[in-house]
Amino acid sequence: MTTTDGPRTVNRRKFIGYLLGGATVVAAADLGMFARGATADAGELPTLPQPAEIADLSDLLTLAAAPTSQLITVTINDDGTASFELPRAEVGQGITTAAAMLIAEELDLPLDKVHVTLAPARPELLYNQITGGSNTIHAMYTPIRVAAAVAKGALLQAAATVLGDSANKLTSHLGHIVAPDGRRVDYGRLSALAAKEQPEAVEVQLKDEGSHGVVGTPVNRIDALDAVTGTKRFATDLDVTDALPTMVCRAPTLNGTPNAVHNADEVRDMPGVTHVATVPTGVAVRASTFGQCIDAVRALDVSWNDGPVAGMSDEDALAGVRAAEGPVPALPAGETVSGDFTFWFRSNSAMDTNSAVADVREGRAEIWASLKNPNVAQGRIAEALGIPLNNVTVHVVQGGGSFGRRLFDEPAIEAARISHAMGVPVKLMWHRADDARVGRTHPLATSRIRACYSGDTVLGFQQAHTSIETDFRHGLGDIITAKAADLPAGLGNLPFAQVIFHLTTILPYDFGAVGQSLVETDTRFNTSSMRNIYSPDVRTANELIVDQLAQRMGTDPLEFRLSHLRNGRLRTALETAAEKAEWGKELPEGMAQGIGVHVEYKGVTACIMEIDCRPETVNRKVRNAVTGPRVTKATMVIDCGRAINPRGVEAQMQGCVNDGIAMTLTSSLHLRDGHFQEASWDNYFYTRQWNTPPELDVVVLESTEPPGGVGEAGVAASAAAAACAYARATGTMPTEFPINHQTLSFDPKPYTPPVPQSPTDGLDHTY
Amino acid sequence: MPEQTFIVNGERVTVEVEDNVRVLWVLRDLLGVTGPKYGCGINVCKACTSHINGKAFNPCAVQVGDLSADDEVTTIEGLPAQASEGARGQHGLHPMQEAWLERDVVQCGYCQPGQIMAAVALVRKVRDEGRTITDADLDGIRNICRCGTYTRIREAIRDGETRM
Repeated sequence: MTTTDGPRTVNRRKFIGYLLGGATVVAAADLGMFARGATADAGELPTLPQPAEIADLSDLLTLAAAPTSQLITVTINDDGTASFELPRAEVGQGITTAAAMLIAEELDLPLDKVHVTLAPARPELLYNQITGGSNTIHAMYTPIRVAAAVAKGALLQAAATVLGDSANKLTSHLGHIVAPDGRRVDYGRLSALAAKEQPEAVEVQLKDEGSHGVVGTPVNRIDALDAVTGTKRFATDLDVTDALPTMVCRAPTLNGTPNAVHNADEVRDMPGVTHVATVPTGVAVRASTFGQCIDAVRALDVSWNDGPVAGMSDEDALAGVRAAEGPVPALPAGETVSGDFTFWFRSNSAMDTNSAVADVREGRAEIWASLKNPNVAQGRIAEALGIPLNNVTVHVVQGGGSFGRRLFDEPAIEAARISHAMGVPVKLMWHRADDARVGRTHPLATSRIRACYSGDTVLGFQQAHTSIETDFRHGLGDIITAKAADLPAGLGNLPFAQVIFHLTTILPYDFGAVGQSLVETDTRFNTSSMRNIYSPDVRTANELIVDQLAQRMGTDPLEFRLSHLRNGRLRTALETAAEKAEWGKELPEGMAQGIGVHVEYKGVTACIMEIDCRPETVNRKVRNAVTGPRVTKATMVIDCGRAINPRGVEAQMQGCVNDGIAMTLTSSLHLRDGHFQEASWDNYFYTRQWNTPPELDVVVLESTEPPGGVGEAGVAASAAAAACAYARATGTMPTEFPINHQTLSFDPKPYTPPVPQSPTDGLDHTY
Repeated sequence: MPEQTFIVNGERVTVEVEDNVRVLWVLRDLLGVTGPKYGCGINVCKACTSHINGKAFNPCAVQVGDLSADDEVTTIEGLPAQASEGARGQHGLHPMQEAWLERDVVQCGYCQPGQIMAAVALVRKVRDEGRTITDADLDGIRNICRCGTYTRIREAIRDGETRM
């Protein structure tokens, strides 16, 4: 096991790694060794620490990795480069760049000589191959550095022989080992010499974090060049032999199933079409081009069985949640402030729609898809096809966004079933209409809050959050917990949801008797987390009530928060944000600032937004768009612990700000008669250029705390800040989100056929 | 099956496919030019934005039969060649691509080829109008980015404008 040379200190700790046998240097670290102890950051405060302050979701994911004792490896190649297969999914959050930086740092190798690819499904990794909860860097920070340090040690040993000097007199410089007299030998030449015939364990000491020269500096993404030249490959860009374009004709009600296809032969004779096959989720067509798939999907004549929410609309789903609500716990006597908030369904659609390439033939399956849970996908595909796990190969492809969506594997399973049914390889792509209407959603929820106070003391704060079930059937990354979460009637998922809720929910204020509870109901919808899980809703409701308390007490919202915060890092973040945003500055009538703060992912965020709700702004016109109130300036301050790549952290915070604005002001799904109505980016109003803040400042605070997560970290504070700013600008506390939900701002596209035809007038709209 | 002839990134190509197939699928599925991305197929998301005869267009909304043999389609893959050799940057790319790299705009990257092609066309358009990019021009860009890279897109376009 790990040895230490004294009390647990971050910098001087020694670690055991491995050199594996082979033709070149293959250095390994055991992921199972590095589960950190849970950390608490609550001080001596009247409000008892909440569960998430003692151990949060990051700890759960990291600790869950402990028993697997499996290896990740850094390989030194004979061209002097290093390779690493990251057992996670890159979907835009920047973890391949961060991993490359850690390796470049520890190996003393230029960043462009570190190649990071995504590992395929490795079932032996069990819990160690889930990408979620913004946990990658928290879990991988030490193991990746240990593997790289072991490789470096082997190179030094080999260089000692080559250079005829003792290893401890040698130094490294950007891919070379250098002798005191200046002679040097490059890593490529050393890689074979340093290779071991037999595996051996070695003890290493990591570079002092204070001497890091790459980690902690702003670096551009390692995949940026591929992206801006159009050569970055997503699932639908892959050139897999004979994997022709494939789409699915879906039911007019959510999760409806095909009953009978009346014109399969006719459709099979259409131009370009090669196959038509019925699968549990619809009727699949395969053709030479996706355009011909669209034609075929639109031509299919299918009888359908209604889905489980046939006939239901928003109000019915809300009524179900209302019926499941429990009482808000009683509070001490005092003046009371309360609120009852509704958060409508929202879509986590990425730009890159659900897609997968599958080749299922002769009892074997090979799948290519963006999957944050490839082991679960592998297990479910084996189960769906009735073939052994070992016969299923799952390649993890870079994803064009996820926002929670790629925790699940339905496109991979659907593609596997289609390829199996057709007997040929397929490249499955969901139409945007499918992705918006049938794809996973952030579930509808209500949040009721009651707070009481006496004088200027808050005596208690109770929150009862009630939601359509959030699907966690992806488990913790392995097929076993996924199966446990998949027990019938929600028996497995609902306790799982309780655990996740309590591991992610912190009210960061000293408000006396604090209680937050979750009730979930209704398992019929396709749901998942959405760039953060419960927090954006929970914290938006919280912060609106915080502003109400401040108002009742006649205190400025900033002063009120600062005097009740019970987290020092958050206090610093909020003070920084207030200064940067010029909190309290004079603004015209109809404009106001609002504050949101949040604690999660081993870090803190503070956001201040300035919103313009004046009629001339709210009523500005953009074709086929939602305009409305405009956030004119956003200031986001994050302390995420040691920032591996501050430029990447800044990017993630910018994205989080846009997500928060969308959740509060513009974006929701509308359920009518058993189907979501949105089928286009001009129906589902994610933040666009005309909504984004013209001024957006991000401050990444210097921190010596261990690295935390960033991908989702800023959404909750942003959503809350937008809501509080809106409430202050209009003088009315909004109670449903997004605020425009009751206005349907588009003409819904038909459900039959399920996908719209592409226009033909593109040449009339050139510029 | 009808033959379709047009120019892609400087090279004349001939493809056998029905007239009504949209140019996006001819590029991606038949020619293997995958820089233009699918995000909606109905000319809304703009992820497939490319150029036709130097102007921005969305190939998901144009039938291949509507192209003539001399129509020049430029995708992100062909953008560097649109800049004179001396105008290309340190990566040998079009100035707008170089600005994109400098600002590290990309997150997942899926929409970015379309964003860059739209940006180049926008700069050319306002230049033809004898002016420079304004906030209103930036607000008017319809290309969606679900990662929310809008701020850096705006910065890169202004930077790219000065480099072009």
